[in-house]
Amino acid sequence: MPELLLELFSEEIPARMQRRAAEDLKRLVTGGLAAQGLAAGEAQAFATPRRLALVVNDVPARSPGSAEERKGPRVGAPEAAIQGFLKAAGLGSIGDASVVSDAKKGDYYLARIERPGRGAGEIVAEVVPDVMRRLPWPKSMRWGWQTFTWVRPLHGIVCLLDGEVVPFEVAGIESGNITRGHRFHGNAPFAVGGFARYVKKLRASKVLLDPAERIEIIEARARELAGKHKLQLVEDAGLLAENAGLTEWPVVMMGHFDEAFLQVPPEVIITSLRTHQKCFALRDVRRTASKARAGERVAGAGSTVGEQRQLANRFLLVANLEAEDGGAAIVAGNEKVIRARLSDARFFWEQDLKKPLDEMATALRGVTFHEKLGTQWERVERIAELSHRIAGAVDAVPEDARRAAQLAKADLVSGMVGEFPELQGLMGRYYAESAGTKPEIARAIELHYKPKGPTDTVPKEEEGDSVAIAVALADKLDTLVGFWAIDEKPTGSGDPYQLRRAALGVIRIVLENDLRLPLGKFLRQCLALQTTTVKSPLGLADGLLDFFADRLKVHLREQGARHDLIDAVFALPGQDDLALVVKRVEALGAFLETDDGASLLIGVKRAASILAIEEKKDRTSYDGDYDLRLLEAPEELALAAAIESVKQDTAAAIAVENFKGAMRALAELRRPVDAFFDKVTVNVEDQRLRQNRLRLLSQIRTATMTVADFSRIAG
Amino acid sequence: MPTRVAARTASKPRREASSPELRPGRSFQDLILTLQMYWGEQGCAILQPYDMEVGAGTFHPATTLRALGPKPWNAAYVQPSRRPKDGRYGDNPNRLQHYYQFQVIMKPSPPDIVDLYLESLTRIGLSHEIHDIRLVEDDWESPTLGAWGLGWEVWCDGMEVTQFTYFQQVGGFDCNPASGEITYGLERLAMYVQGVDRVFDLDFTGRDDERKLTYGDVFLQAEQEFSRYNFEHASTDILLQHFRDAERECGSLLEKGDAGGRHLMALPAYDQCIKASHIFNLLDARGVISVTERQSYILRVRDLARGCCAAWLKTEGGGA
Repeated sequence: MPELLLELFSEEIPARMQRRAAEDLKRLVTGGLAAQGLAAGEAQAFATPRRLALVVNDVPARSPGSAEERKGPRVGAPEAAIQGFLKAAGLGSIGDASVVSDAKKGDYYLARIERPGRGAGEIVAEVVPDVMRRLPWPKSMRWGWQTFTWVRPLHGIVCLLDGEVVPFEVAGIESGNITRGHRFHGNAPFAVGGFARYVKKLRASKVLLDPAERIEIIEARARELAGKHKLQLVEDAGLLAENAGLTEWPVVMMGHFDEAFLQVPPEVIITSLRTHQKCFALRDVRRTASKARAGERVAGAGSTVGEQRQLANRFLLVANLEAEDGGAAIVAGNEKVIRARLSDARFFWEQDLKKPLDEMATALRGVTFHEKLGTQWERVERIAELSHRIAGAVDAVPEDARRAAQLAKADLVSGMVGEFPELQGLMGRYYAESAGTKPEIARAIELHYKPKGPTDTVPKEEEGDSVAIAVALADKLDTLVGFWAIDEKPTGSGDPYQLRRAALGVIRIVLENDLRLPLGKFLRQCLALQTTTVKSPLGLADGLLDFFADRLKVHLREQGARHDLIDAVFALPGQDDLALVVKRVEALGAFLETDDGASLLIGVKRAASILAIEEKKDRTSYDGDYDLRLLEAPEELALAAAIESVKQDTAAAIAVENFKGAMRALAELRRPVDAFFDKVTVNVEDQRLRQNRLRLLSQIRTATMTVADFSRIAG
Repeated sequence: MPTRVAARTASKPRREASSPELRPGRSFQDLILTLQMYWGEQGCAILQPYDMEVGAGTFHPATTLRALGPKPWNAAYVQPSRRPKDGRYGDNPNRLQHYYQFQVIMKPSPPDIVDLYLESLTRIGLSHEIHDIRLVEDDWESPTLGAWGLGWEVWCDGMEVTQFTYFQQVGGFDCNPASGEITYGLERLAMYVQGVDRVFDLDFTGRDDERKLTYGDVFLQAEQEFSRYNFEHASTDILLQHFRDAERECGSLLEKGDAGGRHLMALPAYDQCIKASHIFNLLDARGVISVTERQSYILRVRDLARGCCAAWLKTEGGGA
């Protein structure tokens, strides 16, 4: 079956938009064809800086036809009804309709509407222009007198069905079979046939159509060049993809810079190379090893960013040209720019080192954090106080936590962070280290921003980062409480201050360190430190706890926990200790997997449902104590005894946070409950007896409530 | 490959036809003259700089105002640009508070405007046979002019040499047709083609005799003196008064020039807008404008710009 080939040729498409645009093109075109009855085969989309391309295989030659019968008015109906029918059925005159005899209701008209299938070309000529008008570019523009908008001016449309041009016009451009290759290596127009030839001809014109191939080539060539010089590529998948989006014919080359720049921290060099020049940094494996052997301090050693090893004074650039001089001018030019960039970076580094961090911290007085939440300085003061208080709960020296918090945001006013915001925290750490600050405080300055995302690590107690934990928690709690106080909570559509991320950060730090942290208490303390006036402080703290509960649910669910179990635990009062909640959920889950657990759940549910029905009927509650003297049946007595001992045992176990023990104790209820339902009738004639039995049932609920709210458990 | 050969032979004769006596890689002035010659050949009117202090070539009425309205317009010019905050007392090898931009504006943007631009690079010695020329996404926005467009920064071997923009709006009005704007940073470009690392070392005249002159000979003293003025000595009281005066005068001219369907003083009003904008930049360099005030100043200038653009659209030049 025919193949559809589409190429939209334009001026340079921003690298970051190419992939998504190609996917959208594929989705919308195949969707458009399908909607017109053309169920095509596999489709593939590609993008280069100057083109989007799409190939769809096995496009049916025609869409299937359809036939439909439409019942009309009776013969002799008013003219208006007849006309309406003709219009709806698309008939020219009533003679085109047939008459159906119906003895009962009288004769009526019937139209047979046959829609013949349409040729694929006709459909493509409709669908493609429509898709081009709808393709959702993040930003699009007009050019010349055009009213049509595209990401950058559009210059050509290739649209071929089975090698034949499908004619249409968009933006004053007629579709055809002509395209161009590389801007400098193959800019002369050439004709295109099928997809295979198209790809081949492009390659001959120095264009690699498939971004995956460009990525592969850049990566392979970069490794090869690095290896040749016994260096190691600093991996960066984002940079790789960006370079593939900036080149149609990638050529990787190596350049140098002055070794003296290596005094600057490696992360700074890597960031400068990447953000300004889209170049890759390289590591010198041998140098790192020899320095380490000599016991020398390697720049950035111990950094958690992962750039522990010494960089080489070389870089890799990706050009879009096979230059006639072998690339000498390109390398020289890039080296010149990088020299200027690294001079800037070194200038910032040296200037920043001259200024003590405390002095920078003072300058935070002039930096607004948020219009309604005051300056960064005020925020730092709050975080320092809260860190000091949290320190005790996480085994950090309280004064160290306070000090770390006081310095944590200072680098925001440094020259380097002004230039490279993504280096915040890390620069503060470097500046603190160079001033001889205690290592755990210096590390806390960097680590308090963690975790920066779902895949980032959290500071760990066992790695000696308790100070960082205290500051990281205080920072996030202050953010949450502050934005809650000014009613800037996340909504379904947006979370501009990334409050969900902050809450998840707290949760992960707590859980991954197994911290015992009464969250409610610290939220209230944090709230008391706010300068903003809060209308309902108690409601706010509760609201935030609910928010944490929601985030915890999401987090645990992602890890495979049952959300009904989380609900069952959160339904208990005073659940603000995240680590305990999780332990309880785990123990409960394990218990329900056992025979005893599963049966008990059935028993408890049965008790609850009986209670619900009877309470509704009697319009009363049977909560409360039963009368021991009214218990008759041996199963009744056994159940009562079991309930009393289980209550005590579970409470005792929970008091020492022994949740497995509590579950084991709970298991003791299973047999008495089963026996009770086997032998004892609840709804007996004697109302006193009946009501007493209902109260006994309510005590099953009470006993299990020490562990979880079983009514919220599915099953 | 035949395509490649064809492309080469097509571009060569044109380059040889360029004036042999100009050596854009040798002197700053020849670079400027080469660009002027080239864009003149493309049908652009070679204008002279606007005679007022502006922050960028875009402020020249030949761009800001002419970008609006339906009339075709093609022009190119050098514009001295003043950025008081960027002064470094002549100590920094790249930073200047006064520098030159070469500005090209073509309305409507011709379909081959990118090719025309690339050819201009070849003319000044940046041949794409050995230089890696790339168009890297960089959209442009001027909050004070209420203007924006999409385009690129043009990289030559990793260095930004030009800003290329398709204007979409100016003064809050749609540009219809859309213009193509090309802004070359002349000093940076000259430093690259001359192989110089410090702007003040640029060869200005391209001579070896006693009339040899560097960029520093011409501008170093000015950089030092104006940095002192911009950062230390400009009287903020006087400047604040000037700002208010320019703002008031602009408003008054917009009002007085309004003759119903026509406007009779769009250009004088726009001069006052330019003045206000530059005074704001000076005040900013003096560090007397706080972060929150900054925004309100920008909005005040933008209101003036918007008013001037609206007035322009009611003039002959604006197509009324």
